[in-house]
Amino acid sequence: MKHIISIHVANTFGAFDRVATMFSAKGFNIHSISIGETEIKDISRMTIVTSGDGQIIDQIVKQLHRLIDTIKVVDLTEHDHLERELALIAVNYKKGQLDEVKNICDIFRGFVVDINNKSVTLEITGPPAKISAALNVLAPFGIKEIARSGTIAIRRGEQVSYPKQEVA
Amino acid sequence: MKPANTMLSGAEIFFECLREEKVEFIFGYPGGATLKIYEKLHDIDFLQHILSRHEQGATHMAEGYAKATGKVGVVLVTSGPGATNTVTGIADAYMDSVPLVVFTGQVPTALIGNDAFQEADIVGITRPITKHNFLVRDVRELAATIKKAFYIASSGRPGPVVVDLPKDMLNSSCMYQPPEDFSIPGYKPNYSGHPNQIKKAASILADARRPLLYVGGGVIMSGATAELRELAEKNNLPITMTLQGLGAFPGQSEQSLGMLGMHGTYVANQAVNNCDVLLALGARFDDRVTGKISAFAPDAYKIHVDIDPTAIDKNIIVDIPIVGDAKRVIAELSRAMHKTPRVNEWWQQLNGWRAECPLSYDMDSSGLKTEYVLETLSDLTRGEAVVVSDVGQHQMWVAQYYKFNHPRSHLSSGGLGTMGFSVPAAIGAAFAVKDRPVISINGDGGFQMNIQELVTARAYKLPIIFIIINNSFLGMVRQWQELFHDEKYSFTDLRDSNPDFVKVARAFGLPAYTTDRADEVEGLLKNALNHRQGPVLLEFKVVKEDMVFPMVPTGASISDMIVKRLNPQRMV
Repeated sequence: MKHIISIHVANTFGAFDRVATMFSAKGFNIHSISIGETEIKDISRMTIVTSGDGQIIDQIVKQLHRLIDTIKVVDLTEHDHLERELALIAVNYKKGQLDEVKNICDIFRGFVVDINNKSVTLEITGPPAKISAALNVLAPFGIKEIARSGTIAIRRGEQVSYPKQEVA
Repeated sequence: MKPANTMLSGAEIFFECLREEKVEFIFGYPGGATLKIYEKLHDIDFLQHILSRHEQGATHMAEGYAKATGKVGVVLVTSGPGATNTVTGIADAYMDSVPLVVFTGQVPTALIGNDAFQEADIVGITRPITKHNFLVRDVRELAATIKKAFYIASSGRPGPVVVDLPKDMLNSSCMYQPPEDFSIPGYKPNYSGHPNQIKKAASILADARRPLLYVGGGVIMSGATAELRELAEKNNLPITMTLQGLGAFPGQSEQSLGMLGMHGTYVANQAVNNCDVLLALGARFDDRVTGKISAFAPDAYKIHVDIDPTAIDKNIIVDIPIVGDAKRVIAELSRAMHKTPRVNEWWQQLNGWRAECPLSYDMDSSGLKTEYVLETLSDLTRGEAVVVSDVGQHQMWVAQYYKFNHPRSHLSSGGLGTMGFSVPAAIGAAFAVKDRPVISINGDGGFQMNIQELVTARAYKLPIIFIIINNSFLGMVRQWQELFHDEKYSFTDLRDSNPDFVKVARAFGLPAYTTDRADEVEGLLKNALNHRQGPVLLEFKVVKEDMVFPMVPTGASISDMIVKRLNPQRMV
């Protein structure tokens, strides 16, 4: 089963690498991984989409906790949460097809962000399933290139909290 | 002590930090990137630098020292090959939870990434085999980094920490102030177990009819042997120990069933198979212990005490997990036991198994038996020695036949199974252990993997007895070839290629003796034990094709245990 794990890590040299190394060293899957800054200086947030049975997910969460740089690990799948992904999709078009492409883009509440006389680049955000659906519909036009951000996610309602820095 | 708030070079700060940590020994080897430290070392008198002959040797020495004392072992090597040579020792320490701080030199910060001379990305290389590692990129962070490194290495579940020191960090200076409090927000080991879980475990244990304590190295690391004895003796509980757990409970005691697992005793494995409550203490259900997971302690209610949450439910799903330090949790468990379990029938059963199939070997005409050598050693030293085994058949025989009285006395590479561990690890231990004999036991294969450290033992006049159990084979591999690989003895036969070990040892300056006769074993051992002015080597030429039994083949259940060789007369 797919799980979305949110990890707050100290923004230190090699922290990202440590997380990625742990996944490969233990043979866990990574479907997507994304990292960015947070509201707190020197703390980054990683969102990893992974999969496995209960025992594996339990191990993933514990192994992440075990890394010295990780401050908080939450399996968001266990909580009410929002998930989003952003995709930039360059689609080929022939004469007379542009309206149709733009129409599809509108249906998926996307934006046209770039255009030339052969292709048009769309920006579509949403849960990963929505992006996949858009890609399916756009495929017949010929997809030139895709860039996907990977999933990011956040808990609904109550904010994710993490401990204040404490003296060890 | 240098006054606070003075300008110090990185190399000077390095030694100030080591003084703060009360480091007694550095095991190291100099090189270009660490020259500045070695320049300062010249004037340092509060610690001793031990020169190994290979950086892997230095790392195992630090492990031997750490395992024998519980203190942090410190290694200092140069960049590039100096650093990469420590990798096996670091991986070994990681697997066996040995507290090490390994300082590696690095090329100057400006050259990192340029394929500079003797550059290796040791932080990247060691990431999956360290508890944590650091690259120092600002001399002002050096002191705090070293303090964190020692704290991380020695707290919680111990492990190796690498601190990579670019050359310019050692040469440049900054205002030095001893670091006081520091913060690692994501690292808080949990020492006290959950009280309700402990209460629940105590009541399950008190109601058990066939309880078993399964004791691992964690009990030794946490210094919980007195607490373990109290719990076990008050409740008359049987104990089985893992390879790393040997010494946690006296091997001579009637309550000890010996080691469990692949080469464990028949009684220990039968006890696992039939127990109704299994209390795992500082052990991690390693595959060499469990064999086939589904057949391991199938009827038992399982309680698992470990300081590392990842150890719990990793290999075996347990009923009561208790995350905490063994010393505290065992003491709490003892207090929470409201009655003692009724175990008389269970003991009758256990003693039946013990009598049915004790550890045994035949003294026949085929030649000298390793078991005899080790049993004689155990008797002569009354289980008081520090025995450092290497990896292979002799290691399992040590575990079976040496009756350890004390914790931190059986030093062995368990998790990684590193051949070449024993010679340097015994050297590291011998710097700390002065009142008991230190005995390094090797096969003829592994002995050649760090043979260069014999000179280190001689140079420091360490009274170590180096024993080679020479069967002229890579015996454990040969055993598997005979049992499971159609007797294809591929590349395990060293009969034509082994050196004359006595001559080799003498060339290194060690007195050395050899025998293949049982009647000479005791005399040689006695003389060696009396030789306290330096190292000595004893070679025992043993039966070539002996196998270690009992044996539970990989992935098999304990009921598939092979107890004895089917065709004892087989020759290779």
